[in-house]
Amino acid sequence: MILSVASGKGGTGKTSVAVNIAISVGNVQLLDCDVEEPNAHLLLHPEIVGEEPVYTLIPSLDERLCDHCGKCSNFCQYNAIFAAHEKVLIFPELCHGCGGCILVCPKGAIKEGKHRIGTLKRGYKGDLELVYGELEVGEPMATPLIRQVKRFIDKSKNVILDAPPGTSCPVIETVKGSDFCILVTEPTPFGLHDLKITVQVLEDMAIPFGVVVNRAGIGDRKVYDYCNGKGIPILLEIPYERKIAELYSKGVPFSLEMTEYKESFQSLFNDARRLAGK
Amino acid sequence: MRQVTVLSGKGGTGKTTLTAAFSVLAGKAVVADCDVDAPDLHMLLHPETIERLEFRGSKLAVIDERKCVKCGLCREKCRFEAITESLKVDQFSCEGCGVCTLVCPANAVTLNERVSGHAYISKIRYGFMVHAMLNPGEANSGKLVTLVRQNAKIVAEKEGINLTLIDGPPGIGCPVIASVTGVNVGLIVTEPTMSGIHDLKRALQLLEHFNVQSLVCVNMYDVNESNTEKILSFCKGKGVEVAGKIPFNPKVTEAMVRGKTIIEYSPKSDAADEIRHVWEKISAVLEYKN
Repeated sequence: MILSVASGKGGTGKTSVAVNIAISVGNVQLLDCDVEEPNAHLLLHPEIVGEEPVYTLIPSLDERLCDHCGKCSNFCQYNAIFAAHEKVLIFPELCHGCGGCILVCPKGAIKEGKHRIGTLKRGYKGDLELVYGELEVGEPMATPLIRQVKRFIDKSKNVILDAPPGTSCPVIETVKGSDFCILVTEPTPFGLHDLKITVQVLEDMAIPFGVVVNRAGIGDRKVYDYCNGKGIPILLEIPYERKIAELYSKGVPFSLEMTEYKESFQSLFNDARRLAGK
Repeated sequence: MRQVTVLSGKGGTGKTTLTAAFSVLAGKAVVADCDVDAPDLHMLLHPETIERLEFRGSKLAVIDERKCVKCGLCREKCRFEAITESLKVDQFSCEGCGVCTLVCPANAVTLNERVSGHAYISKIRYGFMVHAMLNPGEANSGKLVTLVRQNAKIVAEKEGINLTLIDGPPGIGCPVIASVTGVNVGLIVTEPTMSGIHDLKRALQLLEHFNVQSLVCVNMYDVNESNTEKILSFCKGKGVEVAGKIPFNPKVTEAMVRGKTIIEYSPKSDAADEIRHVWEKISAVLEYKN
């Protein structure tokens, strides 16, 4: 079973929910796909057992073979190659690594070189495996690194994917292939607005989903009205409690100290599995 | 023109709440919502749209079934696993690179431009607002942010407004980079949590990388005062100015529910007071720089 945790709005509690499920259920592999700001390790405190650089492929030009025909530059959809009369400029951070420039070059002047975009880390907390990526600061593209994190998916385990905020490409890359997605929201106008956008994404992708309302008690009732109206199951409510916020601030998953929640997270996971038909 | 970007690294620290409050305090500004995939600022500023523009930011491969000879070369050469086993284009994986159009021996694949969102220019009570909405699930949010910032520039020049306030998206990737390049000041809003501190450090590195002066503000500082102290001493060590620390106040959420900025909803609250203080610091830095 592959379960993703997403939200639209940032700071609603995705990582907290993902980690609390992970420590409440057995045989878990947690993949933190928020490679721009990975935070799951700050709650889990794993022992890191492996670290490797992640590269994307970028063009590397052999000046001696290039006759400045400009075909590579014309082909590139991302403006990552600029061919002037005398000189070809390559912008690695714009390159998506499609390899098209190599295919169009009539002189065979372009080979592929490596460009480091981040680091992949793997660790354990007991038998819970954590894999996460860390994007190099200044690198714009998160998706190739997310793809690398997801290569570690071990289908024999209960796989939990912690998604980045938003609704664009990094989120799509994360939730793609999930059996079920938990959407964490808060009962406020911002929470509701961003929830609606994320619901549309998941409906388009045909991924079944349910909602967790975090900080229940603040804001208003409109998230509930929306979910009821659309028949979206609300799988768990986590009340707004200062103790939960304080534990989070210290880097402690709250179900460790408020053990009554362990069962809530177990049934959340079981509900997700049942709704996914797994 | 002076430009300030409010950013955070971590989501949900209060970027939009602060940007909206600043827009009231600034008196007259162009306010740009650069969180184009989950924009929320309009719910506090209630823009009246003057102009709506189509955003054609990405392309999508389309296979003409009648011409396709089922050779599978497109699937083999695609680096994004965007061609399915049955040789259909998976629109969620296609990055519009065009390699498939190149390798297809039957000329069956074309790249089509798609409208992947809209940009808006609007009037608000305290000036103008430029914003956008990326269609759910679309790529290229960085390009749309660039369009929003171009619109901000056009409006500011046309209306003779010399301040642009930018509400940035969370993270440090392409839409954030597009939101901070070339601005005078980046205000990083953080919270006194382990994640807040971790993400603050990366956001500071990002501003440094792009040569943008940084200011820091700690939101909900009283949720964990010892972490707040850690942030303050970290900033001091780095020579980064802390523009203020805002207390947790449920009135901030109440204001949001009523579609108002905290400055309008509860002007005498401790949170509003401290936000005014933060804004004074930002203004001072902007004056100094000019």
